[in-house]
Amino acid sequence: MNIVVAIKHIPSIADDLPVKGNNVDFDSVDFVLNEFDEQSIEQAVLVKEAVGGTVTVVGVDMIGELDGVLHLALAKGADKAVKITGDDPAADSHQQAKWLAEAIKGMSPNIIFAGVQASNDLDGQIGPMIAAHLDMPYIGGVSSVEVVGDTATVNKEFAGGVGAKYAVTLPMVVGVQAAFKPPRYAPISKVRQVAQTATIEKVAPSGEASAGLTMKKMAPPVATGHAEMIEGSSKEVAAKIVELLKSRGLA
Amino acid sequence: MSNDVFVITEHMDGKFSDVSFEMVGKAKELASAWGGQAAAVALGSRVSANVFSSDSTIQVDDVNLAEFNPEAYGKVIEALVKEKSPRLVMFGWTATGMDLAAWLSARLGKPCAAYVKGMSVEGGALVASCQVYGGRMMADVSPEGDMAILAVLAGSFLVEAGQGSTVASQVASPVALDGLKTKFVEAIKPAAGDVDITAQQKLVSIGRGIGSKENVELAEELAQKLGATVSSSRPVVDAGWLPRTRQVGKSGLKVKPKLYLMLGISGAPEHLEGMKSAELIIAINTDKKAPIFNVAHYGATADLFEVAEAMLELL
Repeated sequence: MNIVVAIKHIPSIADDLPVKGNNVDFDSVDFVLNEFDEQSIEQAVLVKEAVGGTVTVVGVDMIGELDGVLHLALAKGADKAVKITGDDPAADSHQQAKWLAEAIKGMSPNIIFAGVQASNDLDGQIGPMIAAHLDMPYIGGVSSVEVVGDTATVNKEFAGGVGAKYAVTLPMVVGVQAAFKPPRYAPISKVRQVAQTATIEKVAPSGEASAGLTMKKMAPPVATGHAEMIEGSSKEVAAKIVELLKSRGLA
Repeated sequence: MSNDVFVITEHMDGKFSDVSFEMVGKAKELASAWGGQAAAVALGSRVSANVFSSDSTIQVDDVNLAEFNPEAYGKVIEALVKEKSPRLVMFGWTATGMDLAAWLSARLGKPCAAYVKGMSVEGGALVASCQVYGGRMMADVSPEGDMAILAVLAGSFLVEAGQGSTVASQVASPVALDGLKTKFVEAIKPAAGDVDITAQQKLVSIGRGIGSKENVELAEELAQKLGATVSSSRPVVDAGWLPRTRQVGKSGLKVKPKLYLMLGISGAPEHLEGMKSAELIIAINTDKKAPIFNVAHYGATADLFEVAEAMLELL
């Protein structure tokens, strides 16, 4: 079973996002693995553990720092790591999806996983676009996957615990909302060990696609309102909140 | 190429979602600015779709469309869009629309903007305002070319503007729907047994900032003292720290309690969708720039553990 995971290396939103011109100033931000890709990698490894096969993790190297992410994926149970040498921090989802689809095509994938969305999917997510390029069915919002023979049974979540079960003839692309189990932890020592021995295959980007969007402006949202901020030490904040709750009959 | 605007509506158990009406209302505005028509598109089987204020409603009725099936829905929408060439196609940025918008964009080679929160026409051209980077940035973009696809965040426009009684015209599926690789098996209902957070008057809601499963206990203690129930944002549930029945937001439940006390939730758009109508929202977060402070009524930039422990002593 050839299991492929397509990942995205994206600007971290843990820190401020500086703006340069009409876009994020990519030189001044840290890049991290899309959080849904952690779920997607876990789900791929779970499928491999259930039915056997090989998990290949592939991503576009946006700023030349993808190795750390790939080493972590290998430490968590992926077997192969591939980076597409895009080296364009501004490459949009359309461009990344095209490069990924071209790279994945040659891997004879039976099932492809991608995170259901990423916070920088201004032009949509890579999962459905890879499916379109490879002419495979796509289902997103998935929270469990079971493979038997050439059929995958997936649970898709709508909202509030309501969902639907689908049976799909492989190959397909799955957009992972959450893995069936929470992602496993890889100890730093194991990641370091992997980093010393692992080989990461490099692939040159192939194919062109574009979001087709002209960026006019990128800026923090203009707040229409703002919370009344409670100042002081933690104890003072606690006292003021308790007072507020009591005054409203809520405590 | 026409100046029409298509809205791909969505429904569950025979009821159309709010975002469908929101989009229809907005589509009418845009179509009228361009001299085109706003068309609601409803896929399903035996659904009553005479509920929109659109200029027209195109209803594709087929037994294969009875349940949402991304492959079948995608094929039908692609064929309709190719045939009618609307200027704009709107999907909801929802569990269903998210399977289709970017897919259609890649299939047709037409632009796509997601996380859309606002739309306007400037000099004849569409400008979409998109809430990206977890709500920390707004990107204003203008799609190039003669057709664009948008994926619109729920709760961005007025529901009322899209409500009406336009009589739908029934059409047969423009494509054959046999030989699908995707088969709907069954509906999944919410797991019973846990508390229903939508019925609670008070919620103590925790986010990624809670840090670990062990720390959930502190929130439980505080909730108990307040007569509240613990709910959470999605990452807490994905990490396995709380059951999915406790999740508030787009992929969780929509709540409207009297008190929504938030510990360590930054306020991504997906979470806001589920709680912004709460009567009193108090947010505690260490990041003073967290988007939640634009929505909460009261906020504090503080350590949630220190505040929670101090509250426990006072209650």
